[in-house]
Amino acid sequence: MPDFFRRKPTFNRENADNDGPVVPDGLWVKCAKCKDLVYSKDFERWFRVCPKCDHHARLTAKQRVEYLLDSGSFEEWDRGIVTSDPLNFSANGDRYSDKLRQTAEKSGQRESLITGKGRIRGYDAVIAATEFGFLGASMGSAFGEKFVRAVEQAIELRLPFISVSNSGGARMHESTFSLMQMAKTTAALSRLGEHKLPHISILTDPCYGGVTASYAMVADIIMAEPGAMIGFAGPRVIEQITRQKLPDGFQTAEFLLEHGMIDKVCRRSELAEALSLLLLHYTDATMGRRQPDYVYVSNGLGEDGS
Amino acid sequence: MTATTPAWERVQLARKPERPHSLDYINALISGFVELHGDRRFGDDPAVVTGIGAFNGRTVMVLGHQKGSNTRENLDRNFGMPGPDGYRKALRIFKHAEKFDFPIICFIDTPGADPGLGSEERGQATAIAENLLALASLRVPSVGVVIGEGGSGGALAISVTDRLLMLENSVYAVASPEACAAILWKDSSAAPEAAEALKLTAQDLLEFEIIDEIVPELEPAHEAMDQTIQRTGDVIERHLAEIEAIASDQGIDNLLEVRYQKYRNIGAWVDKQEEMLGELPTPMTASGNPGS
Repeated sequence: MPDFFRRKPTFNRENADNDGPVVPDGLWVKCAKCKDLVYSKDFERWFRVCPKCDHHARLTAKQRVEYLLDSGSFEEWDRGIVTSDPLNFSANGDRYSDKLRQTAEKSGQRESLITGKGRIRGYDAVIAATEFGFLGASMGSAFGEKFVRAVEQAIELRLPFISVSNSGGARMHESTFSLMQMAKTTAALSRLGEHKLPHISILTDPCYGGVTASYAMVADIIMAEPGAMIGFAGPRVIEQITRQKLPDGFQTAEFLLEHGMIDKVCRRSELAEALSLLLLHYTDATMGRRQPDYVYVSNGLGEDGS
Repeated sequence: MTATTPAWERVQLARKPERPHSLDYINALISGFVELHGDRRFGDDPAVVTGIGAFNGRTVMVLGHQKGSNTRENLDRNFGMPGPDGYRKALRIFKHAEKFDFPIICFIDTPGADPGLGSEERGQATAIAENLLALASLRVPSVGVVIGEGGSGGALAISVTDRLLMLENSVYAVASPEACAAILWKDSSAAPEAAEALKLTAQDLLEFEIIDEIVPELEPAHEAMDQTIQRTGDVIERHLAEIEAIASDQGIDNLLEVRYQKYRNIGAWVDKQEEMLGELPTPMTASGNPGS
């Protein structure tokens, strides 16, 4: 297409820090990566993935559940669990309790994790999904408690456990309480394993620190969305401390696959199918339960999301 | 020291290079210590020392973060910041202990896990996570002692033990005060305030019931090294004997259940399901009431 047919966007609302799309007039969205304009209905239909450059925009926990689970199958648990601010924390006069309230109002969530039960292409599963809009999906007491309750329910109901994570790590405002949630969530997964129930972990952009260094990497199968940034320490911290030049593609999902840290890079549009295929195998092998009435079988796990 | 010593002062004491480090404790408390090297995967991380020896007449596996006492030693030891190879060496020792039914003693003293290119490439996060998983269900008794700095996940990776002790002038937190200040105060020079806010002293963590006992330092450890180490050994012995008794009288599964509940119950949350009924949370008053 000749260039002059391409109209330059004329809107002036730009936000370089925002990973999400900038919506000029509601009809078109601008991809945060390639800056191209995408028809917003297309963007939604493609699970908020840019059809031009394949950039996977961040999802809210609610959108995640909506995209991944069979329509109307999600039953949310433990919505009322919130932190009790054990340190009475404030930084520079900003009280943590105020911040929690403001964040709740802004994000519509009470905490940075939602948990519950749902179906993926007919297969029942327990799911925990992080809410990045809530203090960077950081893990504190409420997150840990909700997570562990969900794992315990999975054991009780004999269901597979699926976690979908992006997070900045453990939440500083609860200090050692947050740190200990790493031990607590992982210990619960150890029990899940003793009951021969699988934990499948989906890593999305960005996933760092105490979440990566605990439950998210203690999974029987780990998948990640294309281009997701995943690691222990953030790239800026590494550069600052070590003065090392980081290679291109460092800490991307593809980098982790290459280094043997994850099983598969899976595009968002193929995630439900990939999961359902796995759930089919585990349902047969370990849970001794009947397959659902309808089963999608394809070679969806054969190739990596390229 | 007094209970009211400022947190920042504790941080500085905990970091003092002259303070006894893991090998000082090991050499004084473990007889016939044989250091074991390497993770059998990639390398031998000098920031973690591991080995086998006798503690008060019983064979134990012992390990710890190892800092240096001067800059040169610290460069050799990577300032006590382990990479994945260090955590995998520890994991090897945990499994070894389980195989032969030896209890485990861990000395915790690290600014944090190594943040470097190689560490990321070899799976730093995975290595830490796998240790947390292994420790949760390890079928031998274990005691951990924070002797200096308990820096975040890098410390946690060898401290998910049946009993967790802290020296009076040691600290344990989710992040260093400097890092916390840089992020939440937007100014790393606010570290003293961040140290206070993080409630990272042994006294704080005992009140929160996150640790089991404080080993007192009548004088700071570096000024009374022998006494401090002996006193630490006595407290370790008391706790180890208690959990060994649980394991032998009630069975190891009982000890594992106690360990699971210990970590399962750490958290400070409230369930507002009833009163909120679909509404957003109301302003909360800080209760400072953990585990409620």
